[in-house]
Amino acid sequence: MVKIIVVTSGKGGVGKTTTSASFAVGLASRGYKTAVIDFDIGLRNLDLIMGCERRVVYDFVNVIRGEATLNQALIRDKHTKELFILPASQTRDKDALTLEGVGTVLDEMSKTFDYIVCDSPAGIERGAQLAMYFADSAIVVTNPEVSSVRDSDRMLGLLSSKTKRAEEGRGHITEHLLLTRYSPKRVANGDMLSLSDVNEILAIPLLGVIPESQAVLRASNSGVPVIVDTESDAGQAYMDAVARFLGEDVPFRFLHEKPNWLKRLFSFKEKEAI
Amino acid sequence: MNIANAITKLTDRFRRTQSAKCAKERLQIIISHERIQRDQPDYLAAMQRDLLDVIAKYVAIDKNDVRVELERQEGCSILELNVILPQALDKALEL
Repeated sequence: MVKIIVVTSGKGGVGKTTTSASFAVGLASRGYKTAVIDFDIGLRNLDLIMGCERRVVYDFVNVIRGEATLNQALIRDKHTKELFILPASQTRDKDALTLEGVGTVLDEMSKTFDYIVCDSPAGIERGAQLAMYFADSAIVVTNPEVSSVRDSDRMLGLLSSKTKRAEEGRGHITEHLLLTRYSPKRVANGDMLSLSDVNEILAIPLLGVIPESQAVLRASNSGVPVIVDTESDAGQAYMDAVARFLGEDVPFRFLHEKPNWLKRLFSFKEKEAI
Repeated sequence: MNIANAITKLTDRFRRTQSAKCAKERLQIIISHERIQRDQPDYLAAMQRDLLDVIAKYVAIDKNDVRVELERQEGCSILELNVILPQALDKALEL
């Protein structure tokens, strides 16, 4: 049974595409046949993050319009088996995506894939609505920052009413919070919303916390999803999040600043005193 | 002098209100407000327009002088309609 996941946020630049790419790699590397679809028509970027931009021949809209078959448009990932990418079209036609068209393509994909990750565009326009419409579960990507948290709450409102599941009365889609660009140091200084602050406001189950990391830009520069960088904090945090998504019980990491040598020295002394 | 500077810096740091706290409070207020609006029925705006049209049929009112609010309490919703009637009408009523 296929599971359709939408990665959404409302606000732009919070890490939807980074998350979609890493999640897709994470699921596929565990042996699930996975596809990741770019719904950002006109502003295709998932191909760059996945490092397959030079292999794009046909796109999502070509498939919807019957100009190419699904198999022609799907790009097989070079590094991860079982992983396929369906790039967005660069057309400026706003109405290129249709409800029937997206439904038909997803139906066809459902026959062969275990997971379909839908990378939503920012905003609440057609692309974003269609990315969430057929989803079974949603990953809401949020930065610990006021505008992102507010937009995420708006998206939660849409997720609870504007999806196929909601309309057919098949119950809620499962919502997961992914907090990205988290800086424990700034939280400790009182200048960044903490995990518990965001959790308290949005009140949906927490899937993971991705620390602010140099590795994310490095990964996008080289076109290799950050989860592949298993040495990096962000990569490990994404692996943990994928594991939790699959139902594993994984403790949260990277929530606190690494204590510097002076603090470590003092804590050692304290322990001795006790 | 340097020591004095260091001390003021340190005290400034403690005195400065922590901005995350402020962010949290602002978010809690605006989001709870927006959640109430989110749950409002879609027909409210249309009903408001129709109500105004009916009133305007009988009284010359300025549409800016009308406020429609839906208040939700436990178990029931109260639709509040505030219309400021023009002065001419006030006088007519006094007579």
